[in-house]
Amino acid sequence: MLAAQSTPDKEFEQLIVAFCCNWCSYAGADLAGTARRSYPANIKIIRVPCSCRVNPTFILRAFLRGADGVIIAGCHPGDCHYTSGNYFARRRMTLLMSMLSFLGVDKARLRVEWVSAAEGNKFAEVMTSFAETIKALGENVKLRDLRCKK
Amino acid sequence: MHLTEKEEAAEILRISGVKADNCMQCGKCSAACPAGAKMDILPHRFVWELMNGRVNNLAASNTLWQCLSCFTCSARCPRGVDPAKLIEAVRLSVIRKQGENRLNVDELPAEIDEMMPQQALVSALRKYNK
Amino acid sequence: MQKIGVFVCWCGSNIAATVDVARVAESVKSIPGVAFAADYRYMCSEGGQELMQKAIKDYGLSRVVVCSCSPRMHEATFRKAAQAAGLNPYLVEIANIREHCSWVHKDKEVATAKAIALAKAAIAKVKLNTPLVSGESAVVKRALVIGGGIAGLQTALDIAEAGYKVDIVEKTPSIGGKMSQLDKTFPTLDCSACILTPKMVEAATHENITIYTYSEIEKVSGYVGQFEAVIRKKARSVSVDRCSGCGICSEKCPSKKAKSEFDQGLRNRSAIYIPFAQAIPNVPVIDRENCLKFQTGKCGICAKVCPAGAIEYEQEDELVTQKYGAIVLATGFEPIDMAKFGEFNYEYCPDVITSLEFERLTNAAGPTQGHLVRLSDGKKPKSIVFVSCVGSRDTTERGKTYCSKICCMYNAKHAMLVKEKYPDIDVQVFYIDVRTPGKSFDEFYRRAVEEYGVQYTKGMVGKITEEGDHLLVHASDVASGAQLSVPADMVVLATAIKPAADARKLATMLTASIDTNDFFTEAHPKLRPVESPTAGIFLSGVCQGPKDIPETVAQAGAAAVKVLGLLSKDKLLTNPCVATCNEQTCSGCLACEKVCPYGAISAEYKLVNVKGLKERRLIAQVNEALCQGCGACTVACPSGAMDLKGFSNKQIMAEVDAIC
Repeated sequence: MLAAQSTPDKEFEQLIVAFCCNWCSYAGADLAGTARRSYPANIKIIRVPCSCRVNPTFILRAFLRGADGVIIAGCHPGDCHYTSGNYFARRRMTLLMSMLSFLGVDKARLRVEWVSAAEGNKFAEVMTSFAETIKALGENVKLRDLRCKK
Repeated sequence: MHLTEKEEAAEILRISGVKADNCMQCGKCSAACPAGAKMDILPHRFVWELMNGRVNNLAASNTLWQCLSCFTCSARCPRGVDPAKLIEAVRLSVIRKQGENRLNVDELPAEIDEMMPQQALVSALRKYNK
Repeated sequence: MQKIGVFVCWCGSNIAATVDVARVAESVKSIPGVAFAADYRYMCSEGGQELMQKAIKDYGLSRVVVCSCSPRMHEATFRKAAQAAGLNPYLVEIANIREHCSWVHKDKEVATAKAIALAKAAIAKVKLNTPLVSGESAVVKRALVIGGGIAGLQTALDIAEAGYKVDIVEKTPSIGGKMSQLDKTFPTLDCSACILTPKMVEAATHENITIYTYSEIEKVSGYVGQFEAVIRKKARSVSVDRCSGCGICSEKCPSKKAKSEFDQGLRNRSAIYIPFAQAIPNVPVIDRENCLKFQTGKCGICAKVCPAGAIEYEQEDELVTQKYGAIVLATGFEPIDMAKFGEFNYEYCPDVITSLEFERLTNAAGPTQGHLVRLSDGKKPKSIVFVSCVGSRDTTERGKTYCSKICCMYNAKHAMLVKEKYPDIDVQVFYIDVRTPGKSFDEFYRRAVEEYGVQYTKGMVGKITEEGDHLLVHASDVASGAQLSVPADMVVLATAIKPAADARKLATMLTASIDTNDFFTEAHPKLRPVESPTAGIFLSGVCQGPKDIPETVAQAGAAAVKVLGLLSKDKLLTNPCVATCNEQTCSGCLACEKVCPYGAISAEYKLVNVKGLKERRLIAQVNEALCQGCGACTVACPSGAMDLKGFSNKQIMAEVDAIC
């Protein structure tokens, strides 16, 4: 298993789930579209009202189902539409990251980014760089429930 | 391999790492240039020619040798273009073609160290040493 | 079994060029529950909506998925269409296959596969959607306008004229803003004060307008229709009620070293001062930093000379709390700081000035009574150079990347005003581009050249040096390639403008979004230009982006119309996507209460059915009027009793499962 994880050169179809808050990052993703800023297609966006709506179980479920990376994007600290939601998200994800490390999953597979509604370019850049990170890390074989394999 | 003028310009832009397309031809580089009065092609024009894929008359211009490499143009540019680097890149390509060092460090007289500003020495080596 | 209808939009070629829409429709047909799938050229068009409505009726659809543009664009459209066909609007889901797919991926195979995946996720979610009904909340029939410049005044006047109460909160001691500092306005060259002061008086005397000057917003809470703002009325140290505005206090004040903010520091003012002659209210303030009484305790002359006994040294800041239905941001702009632009020698040469300083110099009410003189020696200049784009269109960290928009026109205005008054003065303008789109704008600029003989030279100024008693302007004439050193007696820099310094603080307070330059973001750049994405917050004037006066006034009126549209409603439909607590599984730990930013969760003892027996238990209760639907509580809840309607745990989990 570890051997599989350390052979990143093997081509694989990455699967990345992005949770985007409705007010900033989802709009940022829309702007990336309007500005035709391309990023890898294996990133699939799920819309949530706020980054604080993202339950760690959603992320673990994604990993269980075979996602290679999960990214949570929210408003910049201080700019949350709901005043403080992104702070909750930040704390929760910090805890989740240490739990992932404990489980033996590279915590780089989970990322939290702040992308505002005006940052279409940043959205594309962040997504591209995350996809590269995941590509370098290789396939997620640690947490994946083989019964979910399609 | 023989490059066309356009390809050569593109190559110089690539080597220099300068985004000439950011230039909006405001001319602030030329306005700030202390050696501008003696140049046949001013810095803003230099950038313009490269943007448009022309390099032959740049290689023949005296701008390459009048430029002091003081980087005032680069510091003043409102668009983050670096004309000094572009001039440097064309200069290097010319020097490489002629393939000969015309300034040897060992041959420099000792007293020159005290008499000349260091910037002049550095830029002389940039210009005449491959 | 659900009967789901899936509608795939072509969006002309926007989607269809990169996504095989027919294949998307075909591939979802086999999904259990999908009863109907079709593609259509423009789903948002009348034809598209009719197609959906017909399918709902013909196939008895219980759920609808539209694969189209962003839900931020047309979710409301499709919900309304579904509702008209008898379906609960919240049983519609959108798969964003335009902004998140066809526009960002070029390969048709890849984009089609992604579009199918996104459609599947939306189908998985919609199966779990439940019918939701919006609640209602009342609208406070009062608006708050932050900023008392021309933008704020115009918005306030338009709202007040329609019969609603408006409060204007202005940071400085008087309303009027930047426009009150200007001399003439382009392209008509009419006097700025002459058109502004009547508006100031109208606002001040309007029965529906309350003006808080020398005041700032301390705190804002609440939501659209029900905002509550705390306004800090800074201590003026002068009673507004008793003061007659005679001005004796300022005259006798011994401390006259403070720089006049209104005159851009070109003259000094006393510590107790009225910013300018037409100030509203015409009541002085004491600048405590510079007042001898406050600094040393030994003065009190103003109190002695005041015939009305209006001086109140003991006055303290006062906090006023008021409820509002809508808030308009009209915080305006300020010129950028020139400290980083050493090459122009602004800090060391008194004859290098900014355009706003020039406005004060040419203003008849200004520090020189309108006589154009050099600040260094008081002599009339023989030649003036204007430099445009100082800090504008500058991508380095010194400047601003955007075009400040107003400079080309005011440069032409200044040049013409000089030539009009003093035909013997040589005027030269250095520019990068002359940008004059606008009614009668280009004609105005050409008049400066053709009628007044102003010399326009294309080329940015590289540096300004002092040469004896005059300045030398070093520039390159880009058109001819000549290197110029132009002697000038005065240089005027058209400095870039930036949003007011407190815009960011306000944005945070109001959760209104702001861009990287600190301009407020509009809800849609084309279709909703005066609304902030945050409901109930509107934008007026330069705080949204650089604008001249006519545009500002137009936008101010547009913002007022949007406010009126809101205030004229008695009730607002609230977002039904709010938190809900499962009483069966709630343990009453109230972890949710602690994270709720709106105080929408409270504890209540309730009779709950437990295994057939009624039991009195502590339960979390959600106030649906206060809940904004962020979902923070759902994650904090250890038992999973808290859920969010419209974005439930099961729904999001289903989306995850569909994607992975």
